[in-house]
Amino acid sequence: MKAIVTVMLKSGVLDPQGKAIAHALGTLGFTGVHDVRAGKIIELDLAETDPAKAREAAEDMARKLLANTVIESFRVSLDG
Amino acid sequence: MKAGIVVFPGINRERDMAIALEQSSGVKPRMIWHKETDLSGLDLVVIPGGFSFGDYLRCGAMAAQSPVMASVRAHADRGGYILGVCNGFQILTEAGILPGALLRNAALRFLSMDCHLRVERSDTVFTARYQKGQTFRAVMAHGDGNYFADDATLDRLEGQGLVALRYTTQQGNVPLGDITKDANRNGSVRSIAGIYTPNLRVLGLMPHPEDMVDPLMGCTDGKPLFDALAAA
Repeated sequence: MKAIVTVMLKSGVLDPQGKAIAHALGTLGFTGVHDVRAGKIIELDLAETDPAKAREAAEDMARKLLANTVIESFRVSLDG
Repeated sequence: MKAGIVVFPGINRERDMAIALEQSSGVKPRMIWHKETDLSGLDLVVIPGGFSFGDYLRCGAMAAQSPVMASVRAHADRGGYILGVCNGFQILTEAGILPGALLRNAALRFLSMDCHLRVERSDTVFTARYQKGQTFRAVMAHGDGNYFADDATLDRLEGQGLVALRYTTQQGNVPLGDITKDANRNGSVRSIAGIYTPNLRVLGLMPHPEDMVDPLMGCTDGKPLFDALAAA
């Protein structure tokens, strides 16, 4: 079962990379982009087949390593 | 003080740190590979700069989970001294030994240049050879040195006198606002360059004092930090 962990900076934390991306989009001619925030996605290929257990394991991994909960929040989605 | 320097894969400033420590103390520090867990006999544990684990995931995130870090935490808990410089400061925040986090520099550029630091208090084992309020020159070499903590943590740090060093202009002025061209270039909140634990025995800072210990380097402003540690 695949668990997909999406890690984003918490709102209120400055995201200069997001700002740089927004600026570049503007330079490319895209209008109407209010704000951009950039995060990361970590795909976990787990042996666990029970979805609840897989979710719990992924959330534990996110809290302990994948996300720095001082500055980042995460969400877990399951696939297959 | 008996000193040891922790080395993770990707750390690259351990030998400069050893030179600075040995120059002041006359004793070669012990080099500690990150898989070792026995820190007995050490008074001071130093975590130097570099790109441990390639800065993968987040700077210092992997290193903070290495076997040695449980022993480093135990060393801190029993009142041991720890100095974390640059990647070392990042590792200490990732390990939860110091609060807050180091974000990407606000202007996104890697900063490889001098900075000036103001000594916020001179009654610690690290700053005993400086004057309170003194400004000294150090070196920045980081892409992720933007110190961040929430307001509650900042108020606690300020209230308990745990801000060790702030970025200043050469004249010693700490800028208002978080980022300025001539002082706080990485955007650190309240211009914070380094912080202590409540017992003042753990110091984390982003700039490199070990770069300024020899006249050959053009400046010896960092030497008092190592002299003070050697004398403690």
